[in-house]
Amino acid sequence: MTVTLTPSPTARKAGPRRRRDHRRRATLQWIATHALAIALAIMFLGPLVFIGLTAVMTDHQALTSQLWPSRWEWSNFADIFVKAPLLTWIVNTLMYSILATVFMLVSSIPVAYALARFRFPGRKLAFLLVITTMMLPPQVVAVPIYLIWARFHLTGTLWPLILPMLLGDAFSIFLLRQFLVTIPREYSDAARVDGCGEFRTLMRVILPMARPAIAAVALFQFFYCWNDYYGPLLYAGTDTSHWTLSLGLASFRAVHRVQWNLTMAATLLAMAPVIVVFFFAQKAFIEGVKLTGVK
Amino acid sequence: MPAGRKGRHRGSLMALLYLSPWLAGFTVFFAYPLIATVYFSFQRYDLFTLEPVGFLNYRYFWQDEAAWTSIRNTLWLVVVMVPLRVLFGLGVAQLVTKLKAGVGFFRTIFYLPSLVPLVAGTLGFVFLLNPGTGPVPTILSALGIPSPDWFGDPSWSKPGLTLLSLWSVGDLMVIFLAALLDVPKQLYEAAALDGAGPWQQFFHVTLPVIRPVLMFATVTGVIQTLQYFTQAMVAARVASGSTDSAGSVFTPGYPDQSTLTFPEWLFQEGFRDFAMGYACVLALILFAVSMVFTLFLLRQFRGLAEEEA
Repeated sequence: MTVTLTPSPTARKAGPRRRRDHRRRATLQWIATHALAIALAIMFLGPLVFIGLTAVMTDHQALTSQLWPSRWEWSNFADIFVKAPLLTWIVNTLMYSILATVFMLVSSIPVAYALARFRFPGRKLAFLLVITTMMLPPQVVAVPIYLIWARFHLTGTLWPLILPMLLGDAFSIFLLRQFLVTIPREYSDAARVDGCGEFRTLMRVILPMARPAIAAVALFQFFYCWNDYYGPLLYAGTDTSHWTLSLGLASFRAVHRVQWNLTMAATLLAMAPVIVVFFFAQKAFIEGVKLTGVK
Repeated sequence: MPAGRKGRHRGSLMALLYLSPWLAGFTVFFAYPLIATVYFSFQRYDLFTLEPVGFLNYRYFWQDEAAWTSIRNTLWLVVVMVPLRVLFGLGVAQLVTKLKAGVGFFRTIFYLPSLVPLVAGTLGFVFLLNPGTGPVPTILSALGIPSPDWFGDPSWSKPGLTLLSLWSVGDLMVIFLAALLDVPKQLYEAAALDGAGPWQQFFHVTLPVIRPVLMFATVTGVIQTLQYFTQAMVAARVASGSTDSAGSVFTPGYPDQSTLTFPEWLFQEGFRDFAMGYACVLALILFAVSMVFTLFLLRQFRGLAEEEA
């Protein structure tokens, strides 16, 4: 409460006793807010901590209600690779995430640039249609799209999730456009005066300036794919060698008849890349999230 | 001015060139499938035979009890989960604005869970709340509080999913935090001068300024909740201990259809039972409802589309 803490003019005029009261209230408030924040932080971190602790328990202990591992069973992390084709799933997930992200960037950046910069009839309509496709649930058009891929015999693979990214992704286009409109027009005008064409202007002037936004959409896309469950469930089929990590993880416990400890070890493995990358690219994430919360 | 017109014409061609990937994508993956969905909704289609059946699929919807159960469940999530998430996200954001020490540290921790993959987070929560082995029932019983069978009890499974959604409130928190920090300081100072207390300041200064952001978050929250799929699917699957691999059949909604959401039922009908014509009816219903909320958003965005840098 930055406001109540700064002494108001009336408080300043009042005697030293009033001021001391004010100081004390401020201290109490400081303690209360920070205590609350610490309590919340424990609640937010608790699930991750317990997942981590269970992941290193022995098979036997994971069946009990004990909270702290009696023996730290690090070999669990090796075991899960034996119990299930985790490596294959990781490779599949990486292929899906990387290809989709690269394809998305190549196709979406020009679209976002055109929406942010070009004047043409239907510009507003195009932008509103981008928002509409971004908002509408993917399930709405799932049946005919599934039939398209079935005709090309691509159901049972992850290609139906990767190839459409060559034709732009509405969410990324929207986010990039929101950033690109904030770049002052003078920069591209100056480039044009220097004899740059539209494409050169985009590549040489706009893209370097838009690096934070591009990093944000790339991260979002990558982790959307990494986390995606609905898409692979729809297309990857029953052959586990085409599964992704999310898909495998959801069936892990039941199919492979494993205990909670191994399930939590695999869960931790699926979370790890996201958390590690987040700590390296925290700023890009936060800036990207802010772009989504348009006023 | 012929030169100007020519320039504009060239600009349009250029725009068409840059937009072409999206135009193709919009046609192939949105416009065509939407029309095809309407067409298939009047057919019986199981991937092999296509047979026109008139309004049969639509009539069947009225007596499809599972569909109505899934609508009730989805509505529950929209009415309970969305407002709770917005309120909690706003509360956490507000708390962060009042912190003097460790702001970056707390913000990071509050945001982190929203990055956890949905499947992993759901698995974690089913385990955390699992009676007998989970830490939450253990801690609760140590405190003498009886713990429900969360994901095994039809009346507690949706609250369990709600807890999960509150845990991953970080994305909303970041958006609200940015909005709260944008509120001009002078407004608070003026309000304080007029003798407004913290609550009055919140309702008369903060709320009016951040209202558009709250509205936006609520409406997108509703649209996202209409698509609620992964967490419900995974929670039911893990809690029931059944699989979806070949041979065994998994029906979503465990326990007792209490977590069966509308998109799950659509998925089940279309891609597990291969009643694709009927699934298209469900898809059109989902489309109509989502469109109402999307139109609301579009109205907000209309001004945005006009803004020119």
